Amino acid sequence: MRENLLIAIPLLGAALAFFWRGDRTRPLLLPATGILHTALSLWLLVIPPAVAAGAWFGFDPIARAVLPAVSILFLCCAAYGVSYLRIRTERPNRVFVASMLAILGLLSAGHQAMHLGMLWITTEGVTLAAVPLLHFNATSRAFEATWKYLLVGGTGIALSLLGSFCLGYASLRGGGSGDLTFVALVAQGAGLSRPWVLIAWVLLLVGYGTKMGLAPMHTWKPDAYGEAPGIVGAMLAGGVTTVAFTAVLRVRAVVSAAGQGGVADRTLLLIGLFSMLVAALFLLGTRDFKRMLAYSSVEHMGILVIGAALGSAGIWAAFFHVWNNSLTKGALFLSAGNIRRAAGARTVDEVSGMAAVTPRSAAIFVTGMFAVTACPPFGPFFSELRVIRASIETGHTVTAGLFLACLLFAFFGLTRLVFATVDGRPSAGNGVVSRLNESAGVIVPPLVLLGMSLWLGLATPRVLGDAWTAAAAQLSHSP
Amino acid sequence: MNSTMNLLIGLAMGLNLLALGSGRLPAIIRVMSVQGVVLGVMPLLLEYSFDWMVALVALVTVAVKGFVIPSLLRRAMRTAKIEREDEPLIGFVPSLLLGAGGTIAAIAGARMLPLLPEHAGTLLVPGAMASVMTGLILLIGRVKAISQVCGYLILENGIYIFGLLLIHSTPLLVESGILLDLVVGVFVIGIIVDRIQRAFDSLDTRKLTVLRE
Repeated sequence: MRENLLIAIPLLGAALAFFWRGDRTRPLLLPATGILHTALSLWLLVIPPAVAAGAWFGFDPIARAVLPAVSILFLCCAAYGVSYLRIRTERPNRVFVASMLAILGLLSAGHQAMHLGMLWITTEGVTLAAVPLLHFNATSRAFEATWKYLLVGGTGIALSLLGSFCLGYASLRGGGSGDLTFVALVAQGAGLSRPWVLIAWVLLLVGYGTKMGLAPMHTWKPDAYGEAPGIVGAMLAGGVTTVAFTAVLRVRAVVSAAGQGGVADRTLLLIGLFSMLVAALFLLGTRDFKRMLAYSSVEHMGILVIGAALGSAGIWAAFFHVWNNSLTKGALFLSAGNIRRAAGARTVDEVSGMAAVTPRSAAIFVTGMFAVTACPPFGPFFSELRVIRASIETGHTVTAGLFLACLLFAFFGLTRLVFATVDGRPSAGNGVVSRLNESAGVIVPPLVLLGMSLWLGLATPRVLGDAWTAAAAQLSHSP
Repeated sequence: MNSTMNLLIGLAMGLNLLALGSGRLPAIIRVMSVQGVVLGVMPLLLEYSFDWMVALVALVTVAVKGFVIPSLLRRAMRTAKIEREDEPLIGFVPSLLLGAGGTIAAIAGARMLPLLPEHAGTLLVPGAMASVMTGLILLIGRVKAISQVCGYLILENGIYIFGLLLIHSTPLLVESGILLDLVVGVFVIGIIVDRIQRAFDSLDTRKLTVLRE
């Protein structure tokens, strides 16, 4: 019952926001819903409910291992959103607030979806609900980004529907009754028709991989993250990618139960390494610090799927990394949003010396950069270390080597851009550089996210470790 | 019954090739809408006993794919005063050859896949694969936003054909949910086409190149 409230409360909030009069008070619905949602999901994390057999939605170990991170990220984004929308009074915020809340509700449903069809429907819903957020700025560049997002994302999501159908047919051909819950599919195991499972795996990986932003399906990502407001970028990079990743994990468990785990893991390793490589190369080339965050996100998606391919220990590390990715990416996107607003530009050709203009945001940005490039003692260091350990333990030493090389290149790319933005003298070339009022509303949320990333690194709470162990066990117990 | 089905799917496959070979946007829109109507009728042929939900799905499909979307696209074309000629990145003849090759490969490939006995004699699987491929070729090979949207819709048609394989076994809730999502997706596409034409006064996606590395 409690777990259904996770879905219902944000959706009700979205409906309320849509009919709410008064642009000034409407944004307060964001943190109000966020607090309820976070409290509820932390409660469920500590005291997990029983999952009904054959249910389509449920707070199963996988939802428990991931969803609270999305709640916390949303709460911080919501707190930031109140101050942000107060600055942006020239744009009506009705659709913006409603879409943000709808995305939270659909993400909660997507993480809890234990049915192949429901998983697809919620993911498609998230994709569509994000469209108004992407063109919130209503510039022609924002429209261009939205168009690419919709076309590439729509094609990806269509292919994952085809993949879901193929998996359904695999079950049907193997004598199944058409029950598409993951429990039933895993139980059918080797009974699934092999060629159809393989076709389904390819289509579903391409489809949900597009949603995650794995290379080479990542092309929408830099445009969308670059043009959307920071708060939207944070939710996309830390929440929407997460639901796609859990989708990949759930499907992989079915493929592995069907006896094709080896094939699945090899493709995951390959696509993960390729994503990291592409991200590292583009990070060395780009001159735009918001697009930089998108490529960094591609890199971290690569890390996640590599972890997913490395057995139970790797999956554990991947869950750990999901949390770290959500928290640190959130901090980076929100502080980058502050810097972008103060500077009025986004490329290092136009922006420099932001340490003097926005000292607090610049400090968070630099610290966040160190966190995201896996410097100790932040969380990402420990989760990436565990991925490397898992890959050496399973005999993937070449993978570990390539992994480290890509991390190193990404580090070069990120430090180059971040320090070019922060250091030096403020360039007043375009005359828009102004001393932004760094109010608590736009500083505290990214700071909290960064602090939590540090906390996860220094002292991972016991209950989280247990949740990840349970989820990893559920995903890899198959023969 | 299978022969009627195969006739309709064969028709849809022929329409795929027509879409690939035609250079005029109204022609592609027409091909897409005729294909939508042809597909919309098919669930009625599949169903042994009359089922309200299936009938509803069929009705919505015919209405949306056959009439709503085409009129949306035509209106966008009129108001944006875009030229009717499409300029392909992949030429008409090469894309036609690709499509024909893909169709043959789909028929050959579907033979190698294990099918349930009741589906073995139908063109459902090759028809689905051929339409998905046609959609992808249009998506990649054309520059006008409208023809890309048509490509996307033809891709969706292919998925719809495949969905017919499962219409008996999966709960209809899933099927109708899927249809609902397609409608919503198309609505958003309509909005975007509308916004794009205001912002760019043209639907040439080659002009959408401010954002690049």
